[in-house]
Amino acid sequence: MISKAKEKLITINLDGKEVEVPAGMNLIDAAALHGKEIPHYCYHPQLTVAGNCRMCLIEMGTPMRDRATGDPVLNEDGSPKIGWVPKPVIGCATNASPGMHVKTASDVVKGCREGIMEFLLLNHPLDCPICDQAGECRLQEFATDYGRGYSRYTERKNVKPKRTRLGPRVMLDDERCILCSRCIRFSQEVANDDVLGFVDRGSFSTLTCFPGKELANNYSLNTVDICPVGALTSTDFRFKMRVWFLKETKSICCESSAGANTIVSSREGEIYRITPRRNDQVNDSWMTDSGRSLYKSVKSDDRILHPQIDGADDSLENALNTSSGLLRDKKVAVVGSCRSTLEELFLLKRLSTLLKAKNFLRGHFGDDDGILQSADRTPNLRGALVSGFEKEYPSDNLKKLNSALKKKQFEAVLVVGEDLIASGIDAENLMGVDLIHLATHSNQTSYLAKVVIPLLSHFEKTGTYVNRGFYAQSFEQAVPGPAGLIPDIQILTKLISLIDPDCSISSNPAELWETMSKVRNSVLKGISFSDVRKSSIHLDGSNWKNLPFVEKKALHFEPLELSSD
Amino acid sequence: MSAQKRKVVKERRLILKHADDPKYSNGISSYLKVGGYEMLKKSLKLKPEEIGEEVLKSGVRGRGGAGFPAGMKWKFLDRKSGKPIYLICNADESEPGTFKDRQILHKDPHQLIEGMMISAYAIQAKQAFIYIRAEFFEGAKILERAIEEARAKGFCGDKVLGSEFSCDIVVHRGAGAYICGEETGLIESLEGKRPNPRIKPPYFPAVLGLYQCPTIVNNVETLCNVRHIMEMGGDEFSKIGKPNNTGTRIWCVSGHVVKPGYYEFECGALTMGELIYDVCGGLLPGRSLQAVIPGGSSAKVLRADERFKGTLKDGSDFDWGIEDIPLDFDGPMAAGSMSGSGGVIVMDDTADIVEAMANVNAFYAHESCGQCTPCREGVLWMRKITKRMCAGDARQDDADLLLSVANQIEGRTICAFGEAAAWPTQSFVSKFREDFVKKAKNPKKKKGSLQLI
Repeated sequence: MISKAKEKLITINLDGKEVEVPAGMNLIDAAALHGKEIPHYCYHPQLTVAGNCRMCLIEMGTPMRDRATGDPVLNEDGSPKIGWVPKPVIGCATNASPGMHVKTASDVVKGCREGIMEFLLLNHPLDCPICDQAGECRLQEFATDYGRGYSRYTERKNVKPKRTRLGPRVMLDDERCILCSRCIRFSQEVANDDVLGFVDRGSFSTLTCFPGKELANNYSLNTVDICPVGALTSTDFRFKMRVWFLKETKSICCESSAGANTIVSSREGEIYRITPRRNDQVNDSWMTDSGRSLYKSVKSDDRILHPQIDGADDSLENALNTSSGLLRDKKVAVVGSCRSTLEELFLLKRLSTLLKAKNFLRGHFGDDDGILQSADRTPNLRGALVSGFEKEYPSDNLKKLNSALKKKQFEAVLVVGEDLIASGIDAENLMGVDLIHLATHSNQTSYLAKVVIPLLSHFEKTGTYVNRGFYAQSFEQAVPGPAGLIPDIQILTKLISLIDPDCSISSNPAELWETMSKVRNSVLKGISFSDVRKSSIHLDGSNWKNLPFVEKKALHFEPLELSSD
Repeated sequence: MSAQKRKVVKERRLILKHADDPKYSNGISSYLKVGGYEMLKKSLKLKPEEIGEEVLKSGVRGRGGAGFPAGMKWKFLDRKSGKPIYLICNADESEPGTFKDRQILHKDPHQLIEGMMISAYAIQAKQAFIYIRAEFFEGAKILERAIEEARAKGFCGDKVLGSEFSCDIVVHRGAGAYICGEETGLIESLEGKRPNPRIKPPYFPAVLGLYQCPTIVNNVETLCNVRHIMEMGGDEFSKIGKPNNTGTRIWCVSGHVVKPGYYEFECGALTMGELIYDVCGGLLPGRSLQAVIPGGSSAKVLRADERFKGTLKDGSDFDWGIEDIPLDFDGPMAAGSMSGSGGVIVMDDTADIVEAMANVNAFYAHESCGQCTPCREGVLWMRKITKRMCAGDARQDDADLLLSVANQIEGRTICAFGEAAAWPTQSFVSKFREDFVKKAKNPKKKKGSLQLI
């Protein structure tokens, strides 16, 4: 972050080829734009430049200028004469300037890389067979790509602690640490929790927590992600699974409205870890620790695995038929959840329109950490607004529903994903009301419900959330749902067609998006399912700029940016 | 070597003029008696730029090791940023073989304070610091007292001598590491952090120094010279010594000579031979010269029977033996080494070259800060090799390996420590290869402790 890349493009000479790069961009990023890898360990695009690993050494020169006149010095053929810097320079701290010449594959550069690789491995324990990083380790990758392939080291290796607890979720293997200081810089610059530092010196330097401190902040596991080697490991993932067996699925963190982009890693239908996915508009390369443990609820004992009618397991068909019977021509309240996807909320809105029902939305709120855990602890409140399911901000949290139920204004309530009792609805108010509960996990509401229909969890379905910055972000199914269950959007389309056989609406996401984008005045106009699958799409949130959103200023988020949109 | 025939060059003491006078003390009254602080009074009447001009004209080169012209360094100062400017005196003298600054700090602290105040005024510093080596307990006390005395007399602090210029000096005790003497490491340490040297670019002290403000870091001896430049004028000062090698230099001679010690001479006034044989009384009886490290342990070693040939900057050819090397900045440089901090380490034929090398490596391995890979890993590797060689387990290919490791360090590190650690190995191994090979042929365990190697 020595200098932010500017918009202006300039021309540099990269390995003999003239290429255009943004002015001021560092050479690692600039070369990457043109498909050239400059290997590096300590450099991270979202942290300050430390320049300590020396892996990104390259040769660099700039056009020479006459000292007296300031005119460019030319070669005999009229081309500008290049003044090569006599020593190799680090790509991470060298910013592109017009006419700069860069060699990323010369003999000098190769020699530098071989030397650095040899040095880094001198005191490295080479315990790849038992190392969790194996398979996604920069030391392994660069040793094969840029190393000599053999070692000349015959002395004794330094011995350091192998398992130091840095915090509740992070373990340190000091012998594997290459002292790149990424974790230290992350803690200082992103997590705002300066607890890590080096002690001792030279090759005996070790990473440590300051006395009386521990790495316990809600971002501690990001240090594990950015650790280029196996020094920092997650206590949750440690020794559980080899990374090359893992299937990676693009997902979105459903912890809060921040909507961090994630990768869900699974094998044979079981999730092993969640890690952040880089998105420079939303979460850079980070996510919360709390968001990483959400997958654990997928396998919990209270999952609803069968449809139920009056507390007894039944078939889905019967459950849907019973539900439609209970809802048709009744005074219905529909309770939606900000944890449902945009598609589900759109279908729920269709259903409630057919039922002439009144919609209620439940919000979940907490503290805002100013980074990636926002005060709105649901991933899709703005999706509820965009889908048209709700116009009001759910600040009152079903208080109105409670008083309406008390006044016996509703005969049936369709609840999707929320627990009415936990939301403050008095149980006696639900007496005599036909309750239909669509949920993933059983709770007090499902005990009271006449019909219970199981839903799939976030990790078992595909959908879209709209985050706090009005970015529509889609996520994919990571693991199959429990046997016999169907996706939530299919349940909702089936219910719709049972209520109104004439209403044909597809549960195919592509067709569903086509329908959604055609709604009059929709901010989704012109956006297709394949667009939103490709990347985050910024929606126009100006329609809702007067709503009392609770999120505070945070990473890539300005509360005021709504009104200027 | 017939010393009688030679004309013995006299010392010219400028910096250490009063230091060893038995009647002179390090109190302010002694200093005032010999005209102390007169130059500060004179300087405060000048414009700050005029002082800078004089220093530039004097051609005085930094005495800390790199020999960069001090006046030029001051010119690089970023004065447009509007940020406060800081002056730091680097008194972290820790290059093995060097003990000149210590003499100044202990024996004539007011000379340094006057030099600093003139310099501070010249660069318009807001605040000045003396970063003193941790081990100089006594020196720190002396400085504290001297600054107190100077402050009481109005030579530093608020409104210096009644002028509009205010600048105080703070003494900061070092953190006990060699790397604290590297200017950006020093700045980090002064800021209260680990002394990890900064990357340059962008962190050139003259632009982004202490607390990211423009900062000048000068050596003790350099700052003392500023006082003398103001006394005699830049032009007059530049006549001392030789062109491009102006002023005097304090040579710290240690090792196998009869009279080791510090000696101040005009630059280029004498040769290495004259220093060793005439000034320092020669080698011990029956010994012969084997090698000299001319500028502190990081300078490349010179072999006694080497010939140094080449062309000087003025176009003249030279063909020197070790005794002929002129003692200034450019002489040792022409001979492929450097005058560095002026620490001349003399080794006679009783010195075991591999053990000497091992000792130097042990020092650098101990002092590497550990920030960047080549230095952190490479220097310890070299130490392990030379230690093993001394422990009786030397191998045939050790010399080549050492050389290759040193080559993998040089020029690839954040700070000049990489060179400081690689140059000794490169020069020892390439110039004394037979000693390294011999170790492998006749493995002999070093008698006594291996602790220092």
